[in-house]
Amino acid sequence: MTTPEITKVQELIYTTKVETVMAPNVVVIEPSMSMADVKELMRSKRITGVPVLDGDRIVGIVSMTDVIDAMEKGRLTAPVADNMTREVSTISKDASLTEALNNLGREGFARLPVVDGDGKLVGIVTTGTVVRALLREMDVSFQKKEAEKLQTYRASHIFEDIVSDDTSVILRYIVDDKDFANAGKASSMIKKSLQRLGFLPPMVRRVAVAVYEAEMNLVIHTDVGGEITVEIRRDRLMVSAVDHGPGIDDLQQVLQPGFSTAPEWIRDMGFGAGMGLANIKRCSDTMRLLSEPGAGTRLDIVFVFSENVPGATRSEGKKS
Amino acid sequence: MKVREVVDILSGRIIVDNHDLDEEVPRGGAADLMSDVLAFGTEGMVLMTGLTNPQVVRTAEMAGINVIVIVRDKTPPPETLELARESGITIINTGYTMYEACGRLFKAGLPGLGQVKMRDNSW
Repeated sequence: MTTPEITKVQELIYTTKVETVMAPNVVVIEPSMSMADVKELMRSKRITGVPVLDGDRIVGIVSMTDVIDAMEKGRLTAPVADNMTREVSTISKDASLTEALNNLGREGFARLPVVDGDGKLVGIVTTGTVVRALLREMDVSFQKKEAEKLQTYRASHIFEDIVSDDTSVILRYIVDDKDFANAGKASSMIKKSLQRLGFLPPMVRRVAVAVYEAEMNLVIHTDVGGEITVEIRRDRLMVSAVDHGPGIDDLQQVLQPGFSTAPEWIRDMGFGAGMGLANIKRCSDTMRLLSEPGAGTRLDIVFVFSENVPGATRSEGKKS
Repeated sequence: MKVREVVDILSGRIIVDNHDLDEEVPRGGAADLMSDVLAFGTEGMVLMTGLTNPQVVRTAEMAGINVIVIVRDKTPPPETLELARESGITIINTGYTMYEACGRLFKAGLPGLGQVKMRDNSW
């Protein structure tokens, strides 16, 4: 097995929940059943252990060892209630696979009944069900190029894995002026980063278009280039494009759609139509332009997520 | 419409190949103004353009476009081709003009965006 596969299995073990790896249709018995009947049941169903239920409540478990004990002691006609193991270790369906594997290894438990929040039996986990589920998940992962999805998963869970009152991820990019060969490179990297972080395509597109317009402004209009900063929070994404270039004389004028100071050669490249800021405004939830002649320019763009999942849904933010 | 059909209908030549020719493209659009592409481009559409600079590829990438048709048989500079190869974008060359390239694809059933309504009167 090559290294990426090992990582994938490890990833699956850490990220998979018990619910995914359990066998859902559990064979159960009542306390009044005879051990002889249990023996036949286990033989015919080809199982090695069976939980004992009194109504909804798990009161014990009968394993192969209990059956053998009953046979040796000539107690096959006795009821389950007198022969079962009363100490049952259960596991929550929301627990991690890691926890299940730890418990399965400990104290010789070969199976763990799985319970929901109300303590009701919903499945059973054995090393066999775990191995089968892992193989199934890996198979699925190969088919769906799960490798990419897992990477996305890992990156997107930074907001849950890193504990703080308010976590944010900050990405910084330097943009050189008049460097047309590389213009758009920062936007391209931002787009890829957002995809890795698990943003949905509509949100990725909105941010990518706005950032690209802002980046082109830095390339075209500043003499010194500038910096793009993207701050990703749980509930919003903030982009700042800052430069120490010539600044803007008339802020009202540049916000007019169609107003442009771009030279002819820029227009020949398909830019400089005076639509950049209007386009950014349309894609974002709020946009703020600060500038003074000689003191540089700062453009702040905010995208608000309507749920706590980064970029999960397109927010119906303010449109002016 | 399949990418293969786009190539056939335009008597085109694939100069950067990043596609399965059986892949479907949902619609087409044309612009020489990159801001128009950013404003009206839609995911997966075929972009017809007369521009050949690398920014066409960048713009397409940002707008989620991955098939570009260059009209009037213009040959893009190597930087454009290189960037397209890196970004997973297919470039097709055709001898038709922008008008005729669009007309042929539209007539063959590749839809456009319909009427575009701007919500905020920006331009």
